[in-house]
Amino acid sequence: MANEPVELRSSIGRRTSWLFWTSMSGLGGLYLALIVLLVVVDFQYASLSDIRTSLADERVIFSICLSLITCTLAAIFSIWVAVPTGYVLARLGRDAIERHLGQKPGLNRLARFLRQSVDTILDIPIVLPPLVVGISLLVLFQTSVGRSMDQATQSFFSWIGFPGIRGITYEIPAIVLAQFTVAAAFAIRTMRNTFEQIDDRPELVALTLGARRFRVFHRVALPQAWPGAVAAFTLAWARSLGEFGPILIFAGTARMKTEVLSTTVYLNFQFGNLRGAVVASLILISVAVIVLIATRLLLLGGPTGGRR
Amino acid sequence: MIRIDDVAIRQGDFQMDQVNLTLPDECYAILMGPTGCGKTTLVEAICGLRPVSRGSIHLGNTDVTRHAPFDRNVGYVPQDSVLFPTMRVDQQIEFALVVRKMPRNERRQRVAELAELLGIGNILQRFPQGLSGGERQRVALARALAFRPRLLCLDEPLAALDATTKSQITDLLKRVHRQEKVNVLHITHSPTEAVELGTIVFQMVDRRIVQTTL
Repeated sequence: MANEPVELRSSIGRRTSWLFWTSMSGLGGLYLALIVLLVVVDFQYASLSDIRTSLADERVIFSICLSLITCTLAAIFSIWVAVPTGYVLARLGRDAIERHLGQKPGLNRLARFLRQSVDTILDIPIVLPPLVVGISLLVLFQTSVGRSMDQATQSFFSWIGFPGIRGITYEIPAIVLAQFTVAAAFAIRTMRNTFEQIDDRPELVALTLGARRFRVFHRVALPQAWPGAVAAFTLAWARSLGEFGPILIFAGTARMKTEVLSTTVYLNFQFGNLRGAVVASLILISVAVIVLIATRLLLLGGPTGGRR
Repeated sequence: MIRIDDVAIRQGDFQMDQVNLTLPDECYAILMGPTGCGKTTLVEAICGLRPVSRGSIHLGNTDVTRHAPFDRNVGYVPQDSVLFPTMRVDQQIEFALVVRKMPRNERRQRVAELAELLGIGNILQRFPQGLSGGERQRVALARALAFRPRLLCLDEPLAALDATTKSQITDLLKRVHRQEKVNVLHITHSPTEAVELGTIVFQMVDRRIVQTTL
């Protein structure tokens, strides 16, 4: 009797397991229900004929097209900045500083301070209220540097055959810049996390095989970061689509000029057209869901995330 | 000849001073020592992956102390192989040759030659994720040998292998050393490996290196 193993009562084990998964999924399930509920009540509030009427309105079509174009441009610019920046932040972390400057305590401390400062500065657009980003952009383009950039942009667009775009402020480029300013911070954070999770030893081995840094990045690090880059792109795109405050301040809400879907919702609401605002919101949600699913399927080759 | 003269390496609290080591040509050198004594750090310094604060590292007549890792011509097989996760086996082996802009047919010839030597002809089209420990070590060896390095550094290449695979890879290392005529610096804890493979054996004692016999 004393030497017999103590058996676990299987019915208790099963019950505990069931309890574990139910309690763990409970809170997530409540949040999921909240999201579904929000979409369902929106659909109940606005009828299908309202949506059809809205989609026949050229102003709504314009804001959908402008949203798609500006979000895509902002996401492309964001990923273009986020991939190298995320790589630098991930690879020049504490370990690398220690490895290269470990023998020089003064430089080591300075490098660590600089690294932390850069991290903090890059997080500013994430923590700032969106309106502040818009106001800061507006103020920037009141300075002599900003005005020169405005003029250079106007010349550039005239040169490529779009004389209608007269600079950045209160024009379409302002929408892209406002979206990019916030979206890039999220994309950088995603790419930094991605590269931090990728083992850097294959890159060190590639260096010993004769590859220079650019080739190591391009052939060894970047292919591993592909799923993270897709995540960063979709996150940047989604953030840009939902961006409203900086666009309102920096690009304005001129109908058929700088009106994107988020500002359409605001304008309808502002003029007391709650049904119109809900319809625009539903279009916004539908566009976001379609584009995000399509992006994931196209870029990762499947719903499970391709190589992952 | 490979010569390490009075090298000092510092990293945080870890410190190695006055490290001296001379490897004659075509030797198979074994470097033994307890865990944490700095064997891997020294190999990384030889490969150029870790800066040295004093002393010099000579490969032949060339002082490579300040050379970047890509300019040293040192092959490196780290612990647990560290293969490139997104490349097929053949792409891993020819990586160093593509970097050196070797013509395609010569590259293929070299890959085939190494595949035959290391017995990996049947896995050339596979990705590393599904390979066994022994296969991964063979691929890592082929990858490091492809560009005919002046020195091949092996960081505990047999540590994570079962007895049968260990014996196969040991035979393979002997054959590779004989056929490729490459200088080898092999790090290990195991006196058995030292006896079976080493033509010269060093021991790290109190962060200094002394030649020893087993």
